[in-house]
Amino acid sequence: MRIVVALKQVPDTADVRIDPERNTLMRDGVPSIMNPFDAYALEEGLRWRDALGGEVVAITMGPPQAEEMLREAISIGADRAVLLTDRAFAGSDTWATSNTLAAAVRKLGGAELVFAGKQAIDGDTAQVGPGIAASLDWPQVTFVGRVREISGGRLLAERFVEGGFEVVECPLPAVLTMLKDANVPRMPSLRGKMRARTADIARWGRGDLELAPEETGLDGSPTRVVKIATPEARAGGEIHRGSPEELARILADILLGGEAGE
Amino acid sequence: MHYHLPEDILAIRDLCADIGRKHIRPVREELDRENRFPTEIMKVLADSDMFRIYIPEAYGGLGLGALALCIAAEELSRVCAGVATTYAANALGAMPILLSGSEEQKKRFLPDLADGRKLAAFALTEPDAGSDAGGIRTKAIRDGDHYILNGTKQWITNGGEAKIYTVIALTDPDRGPRGASALIVEDGTPGFSYGKKEDKMGIRASATRELIFEDCRVPAENLIGREGTGFMVAMKTLDNSRPGVAAQAVGIAQGALDEAMIYASQRRQFGQRIDSFQGIQFMLADMATQIEAARALVYCVARMIDGGAKKFEKEAAMAKVFASDTAMRVTTDAVQILGGYGYMKEYPVEKMMRDAKITQIYEGTNQIQRNVIASALIRETASREK
Ligand SMILES: Cc1cc2nc3c(=O)[nH]c(=O)nc-3n(C[C@H](O)[C@H](O)[C@H](O)COP(=O)(O)OP(=O)(O)OC[C@H]3O[C@@H](n4cnc5c(N)ncnc54)[C@H](O)[C@@H]3O)c2cc1C
Ligand SMILES: Cc1cc2nc3c(=O)[nH]c(=O)nc-3n(C[C@H](O)[C@H](O)[C@H](O)COP(=O)(O)OP(=O)(O)OC[C@H]3O[C@@H](n4cnc5c(N)ncnc54)[C@H](O)[C@@H]3O)c2cc1C
Repeated sequence: MRIVVALKQVPDTADVRIDPERNTLMRDGVPSIMNPFDAYALEEGLRWRDALGGEVVAITMGPPQAEEMLREAISIGADRAVLLTDRAFAGSDTWATSNTLAAAVRKLGGAELVFAGKQAIDGDTAQVGPGIAASLDWPQVTFVGRVREISGGRLLAERFVEGGFEVVECPLPAVLTMLKDANVPRMPSLRGKMRARTADIARWGRGDLELAPEETGLDGSPTRVVKIATPEARAGGEIHRGSPEELARILADILLGGEAGE
Repeated sequence: MHYHLPEDILAIRDLCADIGRKHIRPVREELDRENRFPTEIMKVLADSDMFRIYIPEAYGGLGLGALALCIAAEELSRVCAGVATTYAANALGAMPILLSGSEEQKKRFLPDLADGRKLAAFALTEPDAGSDAGGIRTKAIRDGDHYILNGTKQWITNGGEAKIYTVIALTDPDRGPRGASALIVEDGTPGFSYGKKEDKMGIRASATRELIFEDCRVPAENLIGREGTGFMVAMKTLDNSRPGVAAQAVGIAQGALDEAMIYASQRRQFGQRIDSFQGIQFMLADMATQIEAARALVYCVARMIDGGAKKFEKEAAMAKVFASDTAMRVTTDAVQILGGYGYMKEYPVEKMMRDAKITQIYEGTNQIQRNVIASALIRETASREK
């Protein structure tokens, strides 16, 4: 069984700053990490490989330095990794990114499963996993909190929804996007680290993926970021003190614009 | 200090630091308080291949040698010496097989130890034979294709938790130490049971327990080397493992210095950070210098072993004495720098000071190490004068 895990390198901070001129994230000086949700996707892939046999291939689309994260994936247990990197990929939105990742899955010769994180903590779109499924025309199960079973060409997963979870059955191949809590990501092993240091990481560009210019990168991106703005800090509320009666009156005054009677 | 450590060893250091941060630090206080064996952490160490580093590749290990083991022991001790002792005692238990075991014994026992599926322990000490290991009384009398083991071993690290024990016993009691032999005894062998678990001052996460042998029948093929070589096997084992104890001591000391540095930068008295007082600064400077000197000596001895040296008992003893005395001094000073807070269990230096003490005692007390060093010196001088 081939299991592909789609990973993204993201800045290691919850509050990235935005370059007001260029409307892009300011990444300089911010260390990069594997997107936290993706660590659960990788672990889920490794578990099913360990249980069912086969290989885990880690893929990412990103700049050359994303190779570092792929080596980390190998140190944790991925069998091999592919870096999709090309100037032609620059400016990809979620649509173009999904196309590009899906093309890589095809070039790998397909897969039984693709795992991705629920969303990336920098863009927060939660669209790339579903996008890959759409591009491959495979079923998708998003927000997966637990994969119960994979057998006989089908899988059974719990997908978390407001107030509970749905148990979804679906045929393979399929794309799953994983939540935290789905598992406990393992640590790298020493043998993994030793292997990661010397592993050959394949690099594929647009040509390798047989994508037309309008299928990837800026030209393949129907959406444009027109503006990124930081919301105005909300003004502090008013604080009133007094007896319950007094406070009720004050509140009523505010709500009714001073029309509260006796 | 830059020690130009090779990549594999740096990877061990990073991994152990990571494990320390994620898996040990959050529970160390609880393990210490509850005297609880760190089963889950041993599993993490096994999954990370840490039990492979000192076992040759032919038996499922990575064959990375003494320096690699020292780095792992140091880094784990920096967070919790109780966990580190539990880990390192496996190397101690495996050492007789590694050094003197037959090919068949290595194939039979080492792969499980490399995987971390089984833990190991080394059993020499008895109630009446500590420093004077030659005074052991446990007997292993040959009976057909078995040895019948009778006696009690005391204070055995990983006792009750390990599955594989290397035990030193007398096969020829009349010959004293010359009649000692090393045997591999597996958990579950009829006649082998565990006695009381000790309630210790420090390294409380580690299990220290009695082994009781009552007509315990051990297959003769579990004899390590030849009959009568047991004492030699034990001494060689200890020579090889002492740099690991020294590395633990360096780690404990470093952990205490780390805490003292942070505390001294945050604590204010007399309107200033206490690390602005020269009295504190000089203490910190001495602590750091002593730690670095100890670390340099330990790494040097480990490299000497990895380089294939045949004799290193003196150097191994020097590393153990120097590093463990340093750990005791540095942890005491760290408590001092934290003042009243340092004396409280809420702060980790209190535990570190208790943990440090064992490194001056086990695997040969520091008095015994000084004996080893002095007799080597006297021998060397005598051979020069000839
Ligand atoms: C927590 C813990 C874990 C242990 N783990 C193991 C283990 O896994 N396997 C194992 O076999 N043993 C183990 N031991 C035993 C340990 O190795 C012994 O405690 C140690 O060798 C000292 O022996 P003793 O405690 O009997 O002290 P003693 O030998 O009774 O010594 C008492 C004091 O006398 C001093 N002394 C003794 N002889 C001399 C001398 N000739 N000259 C000067 N001073 C001397 C000693 O230095 C010491 O200060 C462990 C002990 C502890 C406390
Ligand atoms: C078990 C216990 C019982 C106690 N009982 C009592 C009690 O009954 N009543 C009571 O009032 N107090 C009590 N204390 C408090 C005790 O007196 C203080 O802990 C002690 O005075 C040190 O103060 P500190 O812990 O705040 O350390 P700090 O003053 O913060 O000192 C931290 C470190 O900085 C050093 N330092 C501070 N200033 C300087 C300087 N100018 N130059 C150089 N070094 C400096 C100190 O020597 C120490 O090493 C008790 C403390 C303990 C631990």
